[in-house]
Amino acid sequence: MANPVTAGLAQAGGFFAFALDTIRAFPRRPFQFRELVQQAWFIASVSILPAALVAIPFGAVISLQLGSLTRQLGAQSFSGAASVLAVVREAGPIVTALIIAGAGASAICADLGARKIREELDAMQVLGIDPIQRLVVPRVIASMFVAVLLNGLVSVVGVAGGYFFNVIMQGGTPGAYLNSFQALGQLADLVSGEIKALCFGAIAALVACYLGMNAKGGPKGVGDAVNQTVVFAFMLLFAVNFIIVAIYFQVVPQKGS
Amino acid sequence: MGVEVTVEGLTKSFGRQLIWGDVSLTLPAGEISVLLGPSGTGKSVFLKTLVGLLKPEAGSIWIRDKDLPKLSEHDLYEVRKLFGVLFQDGALFGSMTLYDNIAFPLREHTKKSEREVRDIVMEKMEMVGLLGAEKKLPGEISGGMRKRAGLARALVLDPEIILFDEPDSGLDPVRTAYLNQLIVDLNQQVEATFLIVTHDINTARTLPDNIGLLYHRHLAMFGPREMLLCSEEPVVRQFLNAQRVGPIGMAEEKDADELAAEAESGQEIPPLPPVPVQLPPSNGLPRRTQRPPGEWCRQNGVTPPPGSFEGVDWTVPDEGTVYSSRYAQPVDGDQDTVTLRRREG
Repeated sequence: MANPVTAGLAQAGGFFAFALDTIRAFPRRPFQFRELVQQAWFIASVSILPAALVAIPFGAVISLQLGSLTRQLGAQSFSGAASVLAVVREAGPIVTALIIAGAGASAICADLGARKIREELDAMQVLGIDPIQRLVVPRVIASMFVAVLLNGLVSVVGVAGGYFFNVIMQGGTPGAYLNSFQALGQLADLVSGEIKALCFGAIAALVACYLGMNAKGGPKGVGDAVNQTVVFAFMLLFAVNFIIVAIYFQVVPQKGS
Repeated sequence: MGVEVTVEGLTKSFGRQLIWGDVSLTLPAGEISVLLGPSGTGKSVFLKTLVGLLKPEAGSIWIRDKDLPKLSEHDLYEVRKLFGVLFQDGALFGSMTLYDNIAFPLREHTKKSEREVRDIVMEKMEMVGLLGAEKKLPGEISGGMRKRAGLARALVLDPEIILFDEPDSGLDPVRTAYLNQLIVDLNQQVEATFLIVTHDINTARTLPDNIGLLYHRHLAMFGPREMLLCSEEPVVRQFLNAQRVGPIGMAEEKDADELAAEAESGQEIPPLPPVPVQLPPSNGLPRRTQRPPGEWCRQNGVTPPPGSFEGVDWTVPDEGTVYSSRYAQPVDGDQDTVTLRRREG
């Protein structure tokens, strides 16, 4: 057996090569528009409901935590701003990442893994069709597209949930909630959230496709690949999240600082 | 007319594990060849290397003037259009009906109208006997039908080389017989170069023009069927006659002690069974590349085991000999005097 370090490096190298192949296949024609629409619809259908259901309690928890914290600090009038910023900048993209990796990517990996062990992908290559162009590119684009929309949905639902808990449950005033939001929030917050979602969608789909297309060892191999997809996608998404946030604070000047 | 495939010094390993090394053989154009080997000797790997799905560590695969392992991705996709491959379970696309599966290569690679596509697809479906099942999904049909549908899809671009990955695995003997007959009939009709990977002895003994045996990480022997079926080489002899006595053990190869013990115990190696006649096409006419029974034995001075070729006198040269009527009745009355053409060289 190869030692675990080289095996890990080989896996990482394989993934990067695969990602580059996919990017190179982006402009290749004919573009698989049908597959893109089908995949986008499929990913959306498995992720919308869980995303909305996760977003409500997530928004509520942030609202409750920040509401109590701002009261302790004596900055109660800023509780709205704090919770909205937390949802739009961080909670939205994180929930999106969880759902895209947990629901979307695992489904993509299972689908491609099953095709791999049934030799469908080999058959496709022998029939002169590149599976990366035919299957991977539409899935990556669909996942990016759905992630961006999902982030919008999660943000709206999270903010609405936060508003509900802050105003109704904690006795905050609607005016202060909205006003303070304007004082600290800016458009760049939403843009950064969407950019994050875009990256998360791309990475989750790439990981899922890479592991699915390299599944081996029968049905068990597909199960392992799906499991790895969720684990690796989570790890990568949180790491990338950190990097984007770090860049964001360097690049975008913050209000009031 | 098929294309000749020449393999030279091909070596494949996964990591540090050698699968097979220095495999050299030539698949003669238009002939049926069978590649045999005990389970786990990398027969399917050989097939996948042949179509460029796996890259060998060393060696060449010459098809026309192209060396397959050295081709760029783009050229490889071009050369692959010469190939039709029947995968083990048909490898049909699960989301498409049989019709769409078979039409898929045409829709992807040609600018044919739906009408023309329909004509070709129907023709191929008729060839493999699947008319009436166009609208079925691969999940709804039996394994034998899936294989036949996979075969129809492999045929649709009129390939020059057709590879079969264990066409008889998972089929009952009757279905296997039907599929084997179909393969022979197809070879007669399309005259492509066929390579069948299998470990079914019956298929290997009756179907091909050439037999190859992969064993212990190398190609033990490759040549005309009569050469292998009459061979005294222990491995070839043991495998082709499905015997326990010989160098092949339960776990890939027996160790030296076991072999010595076997030799000491004086176990008699059973005599070679008679060489059967080749499976003829169902219309009774010989295939263009088929050689008369006994020709190789006669030319090479080898005496086949008694009772070979079902009593045909193999010692008599075949020039002008009429024997195709021995096979099933020809369709056309005045075609029953067709003689086999001798292979050039």
